[in-house]
Amino acid sequence: MASLHANGTLGGGDDSQNQHDSNLDNGTSRRLTDEEFDRYSRQMIVPGMGKEGQLRLINGRILIIGAGGLGCPAAQYIAGAGVGTIGIIDGDVVELSNLHRQVGHSTSRIGMKKVDSLITHLRDLNPLPTYIPHPFPLTPQNAASILSAYDVILDCTDNPATRYLISDVCVLLGKPLVSAASVRTSGQLIVLNCPPAPQGVLADGPHPPCYRCCFKNPPPPHAAPSCGEAGILGPVVGLMGLAQAGEAIKILASALHLPTHTGEANLRQPTLLIYSYDLAGAVGPYTFRALRMAGRKKTCFACGEGSEGRLTLEGIKDGTPDYEVFCGLNATPKGGGLSPQERITAGAYRAARERGELEGHLLVDTREREHFSLGRIEGAVNVPFGGLLMKAAAIKREGGRGAEILPGVGVGAEAAIFVVCRRGLDSQEVVEKFKELGLDNGGKRRIMDIVGGMKAWKDEVDPSFPFV
Amino acid sequence: MGDSAADDSKIPITVDFSGGLEILFSNQRHYALSLPAADKDGSPSTIKSLVGYLLKELIKDPRQDLFVLDGHIRPGILVLINNADWELEGEEDYELQAGDNIFFVSTLHGG
Ligand SMILES: [Zn+2]
Repeated sequence: MASLHANGTLGGGDDSQNQHDSNLDNGTSRRLTDEEFDRYSRQMIVPGMGKEGQLRLINGRILIIGAGGLGCPAAQYIAGAGVGTIGIIDGDVVELSNLHRQVGHSTSRIGMKKVDSLITHLRDLNPLPTYIPHPFPLTPQNAASILSAYDVILDCTDNPATRYLISDVCVLLGKPLVSAASVRTSGQLIVLNCPPAPQGVLADGPHPPCYRCCFKNPPPPHAAPSCGEAGILGPVVGLMGLAQAGEAIKILASALHLPTHTGEANLRQPTLLIYSYDLAGAVGPYTFRALRMAGRKKTCFACGEGSEGRLTLEGIKDGTPDYEVFCGLNATPKGGGLSPQERITAGAYRAARERGELEGHLLVDTREREHFSLGRIEGAVNVPFGGLLMKAAAIKREGGRGAEILPGVGVGAEAAIFVVCRRGLDSQEVVEKFKELGLDNGGKRRIMDIVGGMKAWKDEVDPSFPFV
Repeated sequence: MGDSAADDSKIPITVDFSGGLEILFSNQRHYALSLPAADKDGSPSTIKSLVGYLLKELIKDPRQDLFVLDGHIRPGILVLINNADWELEGEEDYELQAGDNIFFVSTLHGG
């Protein structure tokens, strides 16, 4: 049946594309073109959708952040449904190891920008929408200007720092956010900030939660494995992406993206959907769970009481909050951090080495093994942060010797210890941990943090250093 | 129901793990447990008591730090009491009732 329309006139498509800037009421009374009518007829006859819902989709603008395992299936169904303007942002290129789950790409497009590859696929599926490529990563600097041009935002990304950034910008711009995530055999989905309520408003609630309301703190970096580390099954992440498309279509077709003046009337119970897939068993009673979440929290950093004073679009652009710090330094050093005597700049460390003052010292590099393998300061030994924290906890728990945490290299018990990490945060925590474990011999042994990590080493000492 | 009435000193509950936490608990996602109805000091068993019980009796993996940090459930784990965010129910101090389901979910970030 589809072949009957595949070669139909495209004349009507231009009409629909020209209307994406119009507001909700405009454009929902126009006629559908013959092609639109044929193409969308099966979903228009679903109760609740109708021609009006379809025209809202055609006038709607959705941004898909991430063209991977979530973004591909989400984009396919959003394009199929006829959403009129579809933006896709991603800086990556298609790789062979993506294709088992990122089925909007193809073997013949390996090496192509994911955004261009996915749009190629979508155009073939449905040429009517306007597709807007953003072939670069989302950053605190570009986020607001990109998100502001859309009605609904889909978080299809793969890391906590970007997730908090997206949510914060959605709060500030008043955009509904459909957020999903998946690793290994689990998936999660939640609709946030929908319908949008102004930042900081708590009166006449309940108001919908933002990402921070539900997930106040990110997990420690070593406890949040990526798909690359932990693995991922295509149907598991795909199902979550499809559910995102379903929620986004619902929001547009029902006009839930428009700010409501009667918060309570439209606020549905915020729900977190959990999908637990079991390779070893059939569908069971715990496969899907719908969990009741709280609404907007008074104490939320981004949308709670007084949040206007601490979270602004200008601030985000200027680096406040620092999302990398927030997600890398969840376990803040206790006791207010290190004293100036426990810290040394990369330049001063190098100078002291050159003067021969650091004979026999131990330099511990706490970056991940992959980073360390790409480049290191001469003589550094690698003790990745996550494993180090776990080992420190195990030693404390089981009453082992603190020195067990150090790599088995020949250094004296008096030798000074310097700690360096990627950007200078983990290293501070490691210095604290070493002291807790008694490695400083009651203050007799120097344990120091190299300020700013390998980033500072590159900036201050060795511009050719391969910092990743 | 009759069973719990027969032994008032125990509370039957179910506990589930998801989002990778099951790995710390012998890769088993669902447990039916029978907990003491009161702590040593006689106060009713709470979520805090349950966490202590899990650490003592159930967790097999040495990486307990992926579940509890500094005596509290680590950041990035949601706790659901009968399918509701524990913040709606009083968090750690919620007093366990017979038949409760407690669900620990690690939040995911991959995609
Ligand atoms: Zn919030």
